[in-house]
Amino acid sequence: MLSPTDPIDPMIDIVDLCKRFTKGKETITIFDGLNLAIPRGDFVAVMGPSGSGKTTLLNLLGGIDRSDAGEIEVAGERLDRLSESELSRWRASHIGFIFQFYNLMPMLTAAQNVELPLLLTRLGRKERRQRVETALGVVGLADRVKHYPKEMSGGQQQRVAIARAIVSDPALLLCDEPTGDLDRTTADEVLSILQVLNRDLGKTIVMVTHDPAAAQYAKRSLHLDKGHFIEKELVA
Amino acid sequence: MRSIMLQILAVTVINLKSLPQRLWLSLATVIAVGLVVTVLLAFLSMANGFRRTIADSGAEDIAVVLRSGAVSEINSVVLRDQVRLIEDGPGIAKGSDGKPQTSGELYLTVNGIKRSTGTKASLPLRGLGPQGPGLRRGVVMIAGRMFNPGSNEIIVGRALGKEFEGFELGRTVAFNNTRWTVVGIFAADGSVFESEIWADLPVLQSLFKRTGAVQTVRARLTSPAAIETLRAYSDNDPRLKLDVMSEAAYFAQQASNTSDLIQKLGWPLAIAMAFGSLAGALNTMYSSVAARATEIATLRAIGFGGFSAFVGTLVESLILAAIGGVIGAAATYLVFDGFTASTMGASFSQVVFNFQLSPRLIGQGLLLALAVGLFGGLFPALRAARMPIVAGLYG
Repeated sequence: MLSPTDPIDPMIDIVDLCKRFTKGKETITIFDGLNLAIPRGDFVAVMGPSGSGKTTLLNLLGGIDRSDAGEIEVAGERLDRLSESELSRWRASHIGFIFQFYNLMPMLTAAQNVELPLLLTRLGRKERRQRVETALGVVGLADRVKHYPKEMSGGQQQRVAIARAIVSDPALLLCDEPTGDLDRTTADEVLSILQVLNRDLGKTIVMVTHDPAAAQYAKRSLHLDKGHFIEKELVA
Repeated sequence: MRSIMLQILAVTVINLKSLPQRLWLSLATVIAVGLVVTVLLAFLSMANGFRRTIADSGAEDIAVVLRSGAVSEINSVVLRDQVRLIEDGPGIAKGSDGKPQTSGELYLTVNGIKRSTGTKASLPLRGLGPQGPGLRRGVVMIAGRMFNPGSNEIIVGRALGKEFEGFELGRTVAFNNTRWTVVGIFAADGSVFESEIWADLPVLQSLFKRTGAVQTVRARLTSPAAIETLRAYSDNDPRLKLDVMSEAAYFAQQASNTSDLIQKLGWPLAIAMAFGSLAGALNTMYSSVAARATEIATLRAIGFGGFSAFVGTLVESLILAAIGGVIGAAATYLVFDGFTASTMGASFSQVVFNFQLSPRLIGQGLLLALAVGLFGGLFPALRAARMPIVAGLYG
C-alpha cells in the first residue's frame, strides 16, 4: 500500500478510510483502510482501472459523498464530522469541481455559469462581475461572456467550467476526467490551463483520469487498484 | 440571508429557463389547473350573480309582510282585514294624497317556454295595485304602456322577455284558460322583478279565485328604522300573525338558500377536479426534478444548499399553477361573466340572472390554483432537496 508521507502542510489527509456500497443484498467494498496525504500546492493525477474507486475518492474529498469509517481531513476540516449544510458551506469556499461533461447550465450564459459560486459569497454585483471577467480571462474566454454553452465547443465549455471552479478562489480543484470528452489538442489546452493554475496560482489539484498523457501534466500520479494505491510516479 | 435569497433566485431562474425543455408536460399542468379554476369560478360566479340579482332587489325602506312562518311569497296568505290593519300601522309613509303607500300583492306561477332549451318552466305572475310599481326601485316602461286596471293585460320584465318565448309586445298568452295581452315591457334596474310578469291585482284575484286575500303586503316606511316600529305593532296585535321584515332582509334570505346550494355544488366539484390536477402537477414536478437532476446536483456540489433546491422547485410549481389559475380566471371572465341564465328561485319560479365574476371570487380561484401548485410541488421539492449529489451527478 502506498501512503504518501507526512507532508508538513497537508491539503488532504486520509487515515484508514473505509467506503462500502450496498447493491441489493451484496456489499461492495471500495476502500478498506485507505491512507493518503497530499500537500498544498500539489498536482496529483489519480489513475486506475474502472471500478477502482477513483471517482469515489474524488467525491469523498469533495464532501459530496460520505465515508463509512476513517478520517478525511481536507483544507483543515474533518469532513466526516460535518453536517450536510456545513459541507455545503465548506464546499462553497474551499472546493472547485471540474466534471468530464462540464455540467454547465445550458440556459445560462458563460458569465452567468461562472458567477454561480459567487452567489454563495457576500460579494456585490459589481465585484462579482469583475471576478467573472477575470476568471474567464484566465481561461482565455474573455470574449465569450454572453455566449451560451450550446454556442461553444467542448473545449470552450470545459474552460468555462474551469473558470467556474476557480472564480471563488478555492484552494483545491477536483477534476473528474476533465479531458475525457475532448480531442487531444483541446485536451492539451485544458490541461495546460490546469498546470498554470497549479504552478502560478498555487492551486492544489487532484485529477482523476484514464489518460496517461493527461497524467503527464500532473506533478505526480497515484494508481488505485481494488481500493489501494499500488504505485507512485513522479512526473515532473 | 442575502446569499440564500440569491441561491433561491438563481435556482428559480434556472428552473424557469429550462421550462421549454419540458414544454408539453408543463403545459398540461397549466391547462389542468386552468380547468379546475374555470369550473370553480363558473359555479361561484353563478352563485354570486344569482345572489346579487336577488339581494340587490331589496330596499331597506320597504317592508314586506308575510304570513307568520311563510318562507316565501308563494306560501304566504295575508287576509283583507290584515291588509287594512297594516295600512293603518305606524311607520308607514303616506303619499301626497295622504294615503299609505302600500301594495297588497298576489304571487302566482304560470308556465313559460325557455328559449334556450325549449323546456317548460314556472314563471312568476304578480298581481299588484296601482302603487305597486312605485314601491320598486327604477321601474320604467321601456316599451308599450302600463296595464289598464280591470283588463286582461300584462306587462313583462325585460329579463323574462329575453329568456322566455311568447312575451313580445302585443302577443297574447294564455294563463289559467284566460287570454292575456302583453301591453308593455318594463325594466327594474336589473333586479329580480325583471324576471316577473305583472297584472292588475283585482283581475288576478278574480280569475284565479283568490278574492279576499293577498299573499304579501309591501309598504314604504318613513325610514329604514321604522321597520322595528311596524314589527312591534304587528307582534303586539293578536289579529296580525304576520312576519314583518325589510325587503332587503327578505331578499337576502331568499338569495342565500339557492346561492349556498350552487356554491355547495361548485366547491366539491372543483376540489375533486383539483385532486386530478394535483396528480398532474406531481407528475410534472417529479419529471422536472428528474430532468434537472444533474443541474441540481452540480449546484449542490458547487455549494448551493438543499433549501434553495427545495424552494426553487416549489416556486416553479407555484408559478405553473398561478399561470393556470390566471388562464382559468380569464377564461371564466371571457366565457361566463355576464352570461345570462335562469334558475328556480325560492318561490319555485324562474329568476333570470347574470353570472358575475368579482375580484374576491378570482382571488378564491387563484388560491385554489396555488394550493394545487403548493401540494403538487411539495414532495418533488423535498426530493430535489434530499437527492444525493452523487446520484444526481452520475445517475
